[in-house]
Formats: sequence, structure tokens, C-alpha cells
Amino acid sequence: MTEVTDDAPAYVAKDSDVRAALGPGSVLGHTETINRPRSEVYAFWRDFANLQRVMENVTAVQVIDGTHSHWAVSGPGGDYEWDAVIVADEPDRLIEWESAEGADVAHRGRIEFRDAPAGRGCWVTAAIAYQPPAGFIGKAVAKLTQKEPNIQARRDLRRLKQYLETGEIATTTPPNSVPPS
Amino acid sequence: MRALTWHGKHDVRVDTVPDPEIINPRDAIIRISSTAICGSDLHLYDAFIPTLQAGDILGHEFMGEVVETGPGSTLEKGQRVVVPFVIACGQCFFCGKQQYSACANSIPVVNADLGQELYGHPMTGLFGYSHLTGGYPGGQAEYVRVPFSDVGPIVIPDGLEDDKVLFLSDILPTGWMAAENCDIEPGDTVAVWGCGPVGLFAVQSAFKLGAERVIAIDHFPHRLELAERFGAETINFTESDTYHALMEMTGGIGPDACIDAVGLESHGLFLDNVWDQVKVSTFMGTDRAHVLRQVIIACRKGGRVSLPGVYGGFVDKFPIGALMEKGLQVKSGQTHVQRYLPKLLEMIGEGEVDTTFVISHRLPLEQAPDGYKMFKEKQNECTKVVLKPGMAEAA
Repeated sequence: MTEVTDDAPAYVAKDSDVRAALGPGSVLGHTETINRPRSEVYAFWRDFANLQRVMENVTAVQVIDGTHSHWAVSGPGGDYEWDAVIVADEPDRLIEWESAEGADVAHRGRIEFRDAPAGRGCWVTAAIAYQPPAGFIGKAVAKLTQKEPNIQARRDLRRLKQYLETGEIATTTPPNSVPPS
Repeated sequence: MRALTWHGKHDVRVDTVPDPEIINPRDAIIRISSTAICGSDLHLYDAFIPTLQAGDILGHEFMGEVVETGPGSTLEKGQRVVVPFVIACGQCFFCGKQQYSACANSIPVVNADLGQELYGHPMTGLFGYSHLTGGYPGGQAEYVRVPFSDVGPIVIPDGLEDDKVLFLSDILPTGWMAAENCDIEPGDTVAVWGCGPVGLFAVQSAFKLGAERVIAIDHFPHRLELAERFGAETINFTESDTYHALMEMTGGIGPDACIDAVGLESHGLFLDNVWDQVKVSTFMGTDRAHVLRQVIIACRKGGRVSLPGVYGGFVDKFPIGALMEKGLQVKSGQTHVQRYLPKLLEMIGEGEVDTTFVISHRLPLEQAPDGYKMFKEKQNECTKVVLKPGMAEAA
């Protein structure tokens, strides 16, 4: 069965064929409510250089031109790089992108911005289909090291929310401290 | 600096640890003048709450002087402040509804996953109360870092001494919210299980909010005496059968509202408690819940149940049938401290609420481990221990 009759997003489907409609490989999706205007949240995201502030594993983002950017990410078992190409961009509504050929982690993604119910700001939904590096084993390792993309996406969106709502990101770790081993 | 740190079950020590520093723009650093041991700290002491790590600084009831501020803080150096135990940003959906203890932004995202797994949603940041609530160092110390210092701390006017205002940090607003959650109507009888500090503040608050009668339940004579002082009638559950006493004292109807100010370490030799204890010690359950069951059974039909007592996990034999068939309403939650501070500070200033009666012991910070032991073992006489980092040690 690859048809669903309910209103839930495809990435929560129990049937993996339905989830695969987003793209090949593993699929993740997560929504956060951000108590800021939709246009502001879109604008922050659209300037990819901003995302280093909220994405823990992104070590560098280089904006090449209006649709191309280069990403360096520290992931499970090493560092990964790719070029990303914007394939759809509807201001204040959504951005879709794909990794270019030769990417360390082939993926495609979509970030959607919707008005939340009355006065609650904006709903931000990220949905990404990706080929986990080193397949199933790599995914298991990633989960153990908490760099599994699903966990990361959730944490990144929550950091985005904290940053846009409060101007800071909650932490107990002083910036120059030695991380706990 | 010196700080009270947790090392394991019944093992807390005063250690030398690094001084806190400003991390985020809205932070402030407070030099602690007074800090109390809370009944809920005993749940940590007894290792009932998961995710504490050796070396964690405890303490969530504290006040002191502002000594350092980040650029986004609205506090000024030298101000005396009481700090709410709940850390809240003031800008999220929940803070906008004054549901500060549900703040979405005060928990570091790395600490959010466990709460999400356990409760369906992440916890909110609290001081000194395990990594489930953010792993924030607590205030049983010489200094503490206070995030979102422009939202939480309340500035104390000169002339109001520490002992009068310290409990704005937790137990006074917690007792107040417990009573507010009873939606008290004229003529109501409110029953309060547990005459610890929160229960005793709930007794006072229930009368302030219009209760006709308050019935206080405990087994420590001294604590029942304190409840009596504020006008409550009492039931000593070692002398009388609580359920039958409540029915007889309310004309067979039952209390209109019931407050469980005990929580997950309910005492007493009752069959269900023994069963819970077996489950807790074999890791098949987590909370002892005799009081919670009794509250639901005793509450009148269509009545209200208020749960300020702390629960952390799961209970067995929960009387869901009684809850539904009797049409009870339940309100609960960590206290939305920030919501109540201005009003309660005003009430303290005008002498409308007595806060100092609860303090039985004042100790230097260095003697904090003795304070924990005494609070745990001598609950009749030891109602509240206040630690004073500046106080000289007894020779």
C-alpha cells in the first residue's frame, strides 16, 4: 500500500514506500513553532550564512551565488562536504534544495514556512531525504554519537527557534570551556 | 567558589568549583546571601530523580546581590534579587500565556530529548534539578549564573530582610498556585495532604483565596501545630483514618478541593505504598503514590484536585475510574513563579502572609550536608533549612 488517506505529513507514514515519496534513502521531518513573523524567519534562513549560528554540526557555509552554496559538516565518523543547489524558492513560503553531484551525503530537502494559528507566529517544517553515509551501520553509529540527522534536525530547528525568539541559545557551557569527555 | 554538590544517594559535599561566568547576553551573576534546601531536593538526595551527575550543584531556592550583568540584562549591580527556580525566556508562546514553567526556550536543546522521550515534550530549564531540566548549576553556592535575568529575578526593596522574601523563589508561589488551582468557591473546604513548607503555604493561601475551612493532614505533630496556627483543622493519619475522618468532617460529601503537597515519596505504612516500594526498588515503577490515590478517593464528586507535589515517572494502581466517574478536575505543574511574584511580594511587605515561621534552622553553606541529613531524618522539628554562605561556622 502506498496511498494514505489521512492528513498527516508523508514523513510520519508507517509505510516506507510512502515516506520514500520525498526522495530516496532515509527520510526525516520536524516542525517547530517560532513566535516571529513568517517573513522574518524565511529571511533569516534564506541567508544560509546565518545557519552556522544555529546548526551545531555545520562548520562552514559558503554562499556562491543566488542558487549555489557549499557546505562543510562534521558528521558521524568524519567531515562531509557538498554543494547545494536551490531548486525552488518561494519567498516567505518555502525553499527546496538538492545536493549536487559528488556530494559526500546525497540528499534533497525542503523547508516550509507557514503561518501558525492566530498570533502564534510561524510553523517551520524541515523535510529531508538523504543517503546515510556508510548506509545502515553509519546511521547506527550516528545515532550513538547523537549526530543522527533526525536528532540534529530537531535540535537545529529548536536552536533556530531559541535564537529568533530570545536572541540567544540556551546553554550551560561557557564558550571557552573544555567540553566534557 | 564553594558549592554544595551531589555525588550519589545521600552523598552531598561542599566542594570548590569554578566560579560561574556570563555566557549569554541576558545573563547575570548573583552572589548568594540566602539559599534554602527544598523538600524536592530530598528527591534528589534520595536519588529518585534520574540524570543527576556527580558534581552537579544543587539548589533552586536562592537570593542575593547582583554582581555582574550581561549586556541584555535589565538588572543593575548591587540590586538585591530573589530568583525564581523556573528559568523562563518571556518571549515564547508559553511565557506569553504566563505559563512560565512550560517555557520552550530555557532548556538547552541537548537536554530536551530525554524529556521528549519520557513526557512527550521537553522539560523547561530549572536551577539545580538534574539534566532532565537543563543541567543548570543551582544556587546552594557562593555564586550562581542566572539566564534570562531580565525576566525572572524580582528586585527586593530595602528593609525587607532575606528570611521574609527568600521563599518567593519557590515554595510560597508554589503553595499559592496549589490553592489557586483549587478554584475555591465560597463555603469550600480544602484538604491539604502534607504540612511541609508548601503545604503550610497552601493552607495560608487557601484561606486568602476564600476557603471556608482547610483541613491539614500529616503525621508530624509539630507540622500539624503550625497548620493549626494558620486556622486549619488537622488530621494525624497515624491516629485517625484519613478517608473516614474527611467524610465525617465534611458532612459525608468530601472536601471540595484536595491538594497533594507530598508527591512521589509518600510516607506511611499502607499496603499500596509497600507495593509501590517493592516496584520502585526493583525498577518496575518510579513513584510512591499513596497520597495521590487517597486524594482522588476522598475528593467530593465534581471536585478539584491540585497537585503541587513532585512526581517524576509512573505509578501503578492509579484510580482512573474514581477520577472519571466522580468527574474530578485535576490541575498540576511546576509553578509559574514569575506570574505571582509582584502580588506575593506586596503581600509580604504588608504583612498579609507569614513566611519566616517555617525556618527552623540557619546554617553556613559549609554545613549544607548536615542540613540535608537533618532535613531528611528529623522532619518533625526540621521544617526548613536556610543556608547562608556568608555566615560564620559554629565553633
